Amino acid sequence: MKRREFFKKSINAGLAAGAVFSISGYEKNWNMGESPTGYDLVAIMGGKVEAMFDLGIQEFGGMGTFVKKGQKVLVKPNIGWDRTPEYAATTNPFLVKRIIEHCFRAGAKEVYVFDHTLDNWVNCYKNSGIEKAAKDAGAKVVPANSESYYQEVSIKGGQVLKSAKVHHLILETDVFLNVPVLKDHSSTRMTCCLKNMMGSVWDRGFWHKNNLDQCIADYASFENKPVLNIVDCSNVMTKNGPQGVSKEDVVNMQSMILSSDWVAADAAAAKLLGRNPSDINYISLAQKMGLGNMNLETVNIKRIKM
Amino acid sequence: MTTSALSKIRIFFSLIVLILFTLLFVDFRHIIPEKYINIITCLQFIPSGIKFFSSVPSVFLGVVVILALTIISGRIYCSFLCPLGVLQDVFSRIGGKIKKRFRRFGFKNPRTVLRYSILSLTFIATLIFGIYFLTLLDPYSIFGRFATYFFKPLILFLNNFLAGIFGKRHIYTFVDTPITLFPAIAFAVPGAFLLLVGLLSLIRGRLYCNSVCPVGTFLGLVSKISLLRIKFDDAKCTRCGRCSLACKSSCIDFLNRDIDTSRCVTCFNCLKSCPDKAVSYGLVRIKKNDPEPVDNERRKVIAGSVLLLLGISGRIYGQKSAAPKPTKASTVKEDKKFPVCPPGSTGISNFTKKCIACSLCISECPNDVLIPSVKEYGLIGLMQPRLDYHKGFCAYECTRCLEICPTGALMPLMVDAKKLTQLGRAVFVKDNCIVKTEKTACGACSESCPTKAVHMVPYEGKLLIPETKDDICIGCGHCEYACPTTPYKAIYVNGNFDHKVAKKPENVKSDVKKPVEFPF
Repeated sequence: MKRREFFKKSINAGLAAGAVFSISGYEKNWNMGESPTGYDLVAIMGGKVEAMFDLGIQEFGGMGTFVKKGQKVLVKPNIGWDRTPEYAATTNPFLVKRIIEHCFRAGAKEVYVFDHTLDNWVNCYKNSGIEKAAKDAGAKVVPANSESYYQEVSIKGGQVLKSAKVHHLILETDVFLNVPVLKDHSSTRMTCCLKNMMGSVWDRGFWHKNNLDQCIADYASFENKPVLNIVDCSNVMTKNGPQGVSKEDVVNMQSMILSSDWVAADAAAAKLLGRNPSDINYISLAQKMGLGNMNLETVNIKRIKM
Repeated sequence: MTTSALSKIRIFFSLIVLILFTLLFVDFRHIIPEKYINIITCLQFIPSGIKFFSSVPSVFLGVVVILALTIISGRIYCSFLCPLGVLQDVFSRIGGKIKKRFRRFGFKNPRTVLRYSILSLTFIATLIFGIYFLTLLDPYSIFGRFATYFFKPLILFLNNFLAGIFGKRHIYTFVDTPITLFPAIAFAVPGAFLLLVGLLSLIRGRLYCNSVCPVGTFLGLVSKISLLRIKFDDAKCTRCGRCSLACKSSCIDFLNRDIDTSRCVTCFNCLKSCPDKAVSYGLVRIKKNDPEPVDNERRKVIAGSVLLLLGISGRIYGQKSAAPKPTKASTVKEDKKFPVCPPGSTGISNFTKKCIACSLCISECPNDVLIPSVKEYGLIGLMQPRLDYHKGFCAYECTRCLEICPTGALMPLMVDAKKLTQLGRAVFVKDNCIVKTEKTACGACSESCPTKAVHMVPYEGKLLIPETKDDICIGCGHCEYACPTTPYKAIYVNGNFDHKVAKKPENVKSDVKKPVEFPF
């Protein structure tokens, strides 16, 4: 039924593309960077966030590929700032809502949403619109404002970051979906999939103090990785990131990138932002550590224009 | 009205007042709307008095209402409205449970010298040194500090305990909320007062109110001309003395059937205690044949007090003429010339003159950036709030503190005006900065800056290093808070002695184009 619904929606939107692939590869045990349909990365352009996500997730065989019945799912958007959605400082709430709906339709038992915010967390959750959107879709919106919600883990592959205090839901959920928003960033020049993980740890100060770029790459080697990264590029803050000064910073790009390889997703996102991936230091470092593939020529990309 | 009803109304009303004020100060989730907070605090004597004398025109009439109430019906304020008074009644009841003797009061002579000395001293000190002595003794502020320094941490502790238990089951009704730590020395004054007020009320009822509290003494003077009073029916009274034993203020001389009105807090306990209904509350008839002996001393005190009270307003206005010396630079870390005082205060001199350190803003700050000062404003400004950017930062969109300040030390601003209020300026110390010392990327300050007054400029290689723009910096302190260097920050905010208006950050349309084709 679910698949048929998706199918219908695609047809209704006049978009047959991609629908063919939605049936195949269901049972296949997925691996990092490999979707059941053989694509490493799916990029969509030109639609509303909900429609783009519906199409994109079909390329991976639907949410059922990642979420099995009865599983607990963590959806981790970027809610870092006390800004309203039009500033594009936080993930699009409609996208978050749509993802949660897909999770429940795939049989998820519980969906959790949190972010370790930089501004006052109550205001961030509220003013970003994400709290309401997530709750409307049936998810639990969880606080991350206190150290007591974090647990120490060791990061074996880390060169500088050997351990980190991560939010307990990173450890206690079965499926992890990373939902960053693409933005310019004053510290690292860009924030996307890898940088979004700073919102799931407690002591960000340590990262800033001890080679930020290396820490970001180090954390990517931690075993509890997202099974899928869904990059919101609908409205992109192209300068004055990560908070933005005014709406002049925002460009409506109507795009989305989905990939299980977050290094590839970050590289593609960098290109959208008009930057060279190799200029984003943490992407190069993650590539060197073998955590993903930033060479987009060798990445199997499905491009969909709506 | 029946006598027992009066007492019941008093108990019911005052308990609501106590609960409301307690909620106000322990409201750690900041859910009470600002307008309700203002309604709850508007009838506090000293705060509304400061607001009355410092606002032009005087639109805040809380103090006038209280004075009118006192002239009509005696020290209603002390029993119905003063949170510290009600708290003492609770203590006193607890005392009675411990030892019956603690609730058997009986008539005592007034501590005339002590109470009028304190009252005069408070007035004189206020006249000469400013508000600081009043800060120590204002009963509302004393209660506020009890609640902020002692009750709130207790409530938070309980909340966090529950949050821990429920959090394990993935129930997030209780949210773990870190407890803000104040400098230990800031606890000295509220701690001492908790001991003094607590002990006195536990064993001696309202002795504190009638010997120390300047508000009580002052209202006592006013109530000498009050229309409604407790009075004896000589025909019914058998001089059994029960009323005197029940009187928390120890002001009923039952043998002479005389009541010291200046000490009576109109609690109506005497009415309840009288088996013969000989004590009543009503209009007092002036006995022509028995004129009150003229007490020149007291008249002088009253006259002096009124004059001095008028004098306060002059002092409060007089910021241009006699600003108190701000803090010394040498003792402050990171070379901060001035502390940062809250928005809406227009600056340190105005703020320190009007703030009575009730700590309501400290309790209600959603970002926990306000903490009691120790010596940053000078020792005389002890416990007045300042912004500590090592603990938090002033949220860009937030105007809570300035909307709830009961004394008008902080005046409301529109959000847009607040966003341009420059509390201080960021100072960048390159030699402390990670980018220079470690040669790695950081930029925590710049990413936190809401106006991009702290922005990144090219440094060595691909590195970027912060740079500050003074004119658009609003001194919110997010950069200082975010800066990861220890013990001294690489970027800190130097407070403005007088708040300035920052320029609105300019911005141009992005030159990144909407992609037509995938760039990969």
